[in-house]
Amino acid sequence: MAQQGGSSSSGGGGSLNVSPMKPLASLKVLVVDDEPMMRTIHKAQLVRAGINDVEVAANGKDAVDLHVNGATFDLILMDLHMPIMDGCQATKELRAMGVKSSIVGVTSSGGAEKTAFLASGLDDCVSKPFVLQQIAHYLKVPRSPTNPPKYHNP
Amino acid sequence: FQGYLDHEQFNQLEELQDDANPNFVEEVVTLYYRDSARLVHSIEQALEKSPIDFNKLDSYMHQFRGSSSSIGAKKVKAECSLFREYCRAGNGEGCMRTFQQVKKEYTALRKKLETFFQLARQAGPVDRARRPK
Repeated sequence: MAQQGGSSSSGGGGSLNVSPMKPLASLKVLVVDDEPMMRTIHKAQLVRAGINDVEVAANGKDAVDLHVNGATFDLILMDLHMPIMDGCQATKELRAMGVKSSIVGVTSSGGAEKTAFLASGLDDCVSKPFVLQQIAHYLKVPRSPTNPPKYHNP
Repeated sequence: FQGYLDHEQFNQLEELQDDANPNFVEEVVTLYYRDSARLVHSIEQALEKSPIDFNKLDSYMHQFRGSSSSIGAKKVKAECSLFREYCRAGNGEGCMRTFQQVKKEYTALRKKLETFFQLARQAGPVDRARRPK
């Protein structure tokens, strides 16, 4: 079982560092959603999958603050519509900070909203509530030159 | 629950219930009630304002639709979708009419869920994860 960690980087020259494989139990995941019900469901899904270290944040600002205070995550599941700071803004700020964790948007929005959300720096976007299979890629497959993240550093 | 619940969606919640989380489904549904109460109140207030802020209404109903979908409340979800169509059309009367339907479906679902959990508590742990008929 494997995962790219937050330590992997995509270089401007096109070469990617492959992170060591990480077992599910050692992955750190952040669930960002303003709805307590959704945080409960998503956390339970991740714990059931074998991920023990699941942190939650109720809005984008709390998610950014966690990173400002030094937290790192292998995967961030980001809701779009949240008070104080939405998922779009939070993702932009995290990427501007140099956060290279996989960030997967979780939203029932579509169309232009979803497109804008993806463009903010997401690796992917799944519908809410997600089923584990939709994010399995980010839990099991290490990043490699043949499997690059959708988000690339400018 | 005939017609009220998307069993596949509800079943996903039941599958997360285990010995470590024996009341998981009821906890999630309780959080749904809490979210719903807040959103219903916000929508009622928004509908009383003149002029109606349809963007705000749509945003509230988007949330309500989303959380209803997450527990498989398909009739509530369908009425929420219809409400949003009236929002987009700027049809205040349509919104008010549909909102009554949203509340009616929500109340009916809530009654069924409460009965389900009451029976589940009486039946005990063995039957707790059984899908409602």
